[in-house]
Amino acid sequence: MKQAAFEQLHAPTWRALEEQLRLLEKGGDYPPAAQQQFAALFRKVCHFHALAQERHYSSFLVDHLDNLVTRAHQQIYRRKHPILQPLIQFVVTDFPVLVRAEKQAVMWATLLFVAPLLLFFIGAQIAPELVYTVLAPEQTADMESMYDPANKVLGKARDSDTNWGMFGFYIYNNISVAFRTFASGLLLGVGSGFFLTYNGALIGAVAAHLTNVGFTTTFFTFVVGHGSFELTAIVLAGAAGLKLGYSLLVPGQLTRLESLKNASHVAIRLVYGVILMLVIAAFIEAFWSSNNIFAPWQKYTVGGFLWLVVFAYLILSGRRRAA
Amino acid sequence: MDQHPTIDTRQTLETPEGTDLSLYPAGFWIRSLAYTLDWLLRIAVVVVAGIVLGASGMGQGLTLVIYFLMEWFYPVIFEVWRGGQTIGKKSLHIKVINDDGTPVTFAGSLIRNLLRVVDFLPGFYVTGIIASLCNRHFKRLGDLAAGTVVVYANSVAASPVLESVGSRPVPDGFNTDEQRFLLAFAQRSSTMSPARQAELAQVLAPAVAPGDPVLAIKQMANHIVGDRTQSAKGHLL
Repeated sequence: MKQAAFEQLHAPTWRALEEQLRLLEKGGDYPPAAQQQFAALFRKVCHFHALAQERHYSSFLVDHLDNLVTRAHQQIYRRKHPILQPLIQFVVTDFPVLVRAEKQAVMWATLLFVAPLLLFFIGAQIAPELVYTVLAPEQTADMESMYDPANKVLGKARDSDTNWGMFGFYIYNNISVAFRTFASGLLLGVGSGFFLTYNGALIGAVAAHLTNVGFTTTFFTFVVGHGSFELTAIVLAGAAGLKLGYSLLVPGQLTRLESLKNASHVAIRLVYGVILMLVIAAFIEAFWSSNNIFAPWQKYTVGGFLWLVVFAYLILSGRRRAA
Repeated sequence: MDQHPTIDTRQTLETPEGTDLSLYPAGFWIRSLAYTLDWLLRIAVVVVAGIVLGASGMGQGLTLVIYFLMEWFYPVIFEVWRGGQTIGKKSLHIKVINDDGTPVTFAGSLIRNLLRVVDFLPGFYVTGIIASLCNRHFKRLGDLAAGTVVVYANSVAASPVLESVGSRPVPDGFNTDEQRFLLAFAQRSSTMSPARQAELAQVLAPAVAPGDPVLAIKQMANHIVGDRTQSAKGHLL
C-alpha cells in the first residue's frame, strides 16, 4: 500500500487517539464512553506504527505515530497510588513477614551493630580510655552535661514547644542516618556495614562512659523507651543495605544488574518500615523519654514493654496470613 | 536492542503490543541543570520556612521536618504524582519513567532518590556522572538499581519548517533511520555554512547524481514531510 493511501485510510483512527490523549493528559473529565474505546484505539495505532516502520514509510509519519504510541503507553500502564489500604496491610502483615523472610540480612546487620556495642560497653568499663577511640573529649563533656542528674528537674516535664522542636530534629536526623545506612549498602555492602559498626561502637562507648561517671539513671531512663524502635530500625536499614551489596556480590544466575534491581525493590520495602518505626521512635523520644514526671521504675517498665512490643510484632505479626 | 547508528540518543523499546517505542534518554548536562533548579527551589523553601517559623521551638521542629522532606521526598512526590517531573525537570522537558516505558512507581522513585547518596560520592555527583557515561541510557547508579531512566518528555511533534525548494521522491532502500537523517539535515541546514552543508551532503552524491546533493536532500526532506498542512485540513474538515 502506498503511504498516501495508508494515511487516507487510517488517519482518522490516530487522530481519534490523539484527541483522547489530549483529554487524558490535561487530567480533566474523561467520559466513560471514551475509556472503552481507548484500549482498542491504542492497539490499532500500535499496529499502524509497526506497519509504517516495517514498510519504511516516511520517518515523519513513523515519528508522529511513535509519539502517539509512547504517550498512550504511558496512559495505559499508568498505576494508581492508593495509600491507606496498602499501608494498613503493610504494617499489619507485609512488613513483619518481610523482615522474617530476610532473616539472614537482619541477623548479619544485628551482629554488625550489637557486637561493637557490647564490646565498647563492656570494654570501656574495664578500660575507660577506650571511650576516646570513638568520641572526642568535647563530645564526652557534652554527653556528661546532657545526662547530669543535677541538670534534671525531677518531677517536671519539658515544655511542649521544645518537645516539638526536638521531634523535628529527631525526624530529620534519625531518618537521614537510616537512609544513608541503607543507600551506602550499594558499595558492595561496605557502607552499611561501616555505619552499623560505627553507630554500635558509638552507642556502646557513650553508655559505658556515662556508667563510669555514674549517670546511669538519667541516661538509661531516657533511652530505654525509644531505643526499642530506633535501634531496631537502624539495624533493619542496615539489613536492607547489606541486601543491596550482597545482590551485587552474589548475583546467582542473574546478571549483576538484574540481581540488583530485584534486591532493591525488596529492600526498599524494608525502608518503608524503617521510616514508620523511626517516626514512632521520634514521638516517643520527644514526648516520653524527656519527661521526668515519672519515676525511673515506671520508665523502665514502659521501656521494657516497648521492646517486647517491637520484638513480638516483628516475630509474630502476620504469621497466620503468611502460612 | 537496536544497534543502528542514530544521530541522537534514541533507543527503542519493544512493547507487549508488538511495536517499538522510541525513548530519548537525557544526558547529564540537562539533568544537572534540572537538578540545580530543583536545588535552588528547595533551598528557597527551607529558608522561607526558617524565617517564617523559626521563632518558636515548634516552628524550628517544623522547619527541620520541612528540610527533611525537601531533601529526601521532594523528588519522590513530584515524580510519582506529577508525571515523573519535578519542577526543574518539567521546565527542561525531561521526565523519569520506568525502563519499560511505563510511569515511574513509588518504589522505583524512592530507590533512585535514596541512592543519590552513593551517586553523589565523593562530591558533586561524580560517581553518578561516571556511571551515566558508561551506559547507553545515561543511568546513574540509582537509576540502574531502580530500573528507571530519565528521558525527554514527549511533546506534540510539530511540522518541521523546511525551505520550500520543491520535492523529489526518496530512492528505494532508505530505511526509517536514514530518512530521519535526511530530515534532520534539512532542519538543521540553516545553522550550517553552505560549505559545511556541501561537505556533509557529499556522502550522498553517488545516490542522487547528477545534481547538487544539498538541494536533493532538502527536496527529499520535503517529500518525507509531504504536504501535511493540506492533508491535515482535508481530514479534519
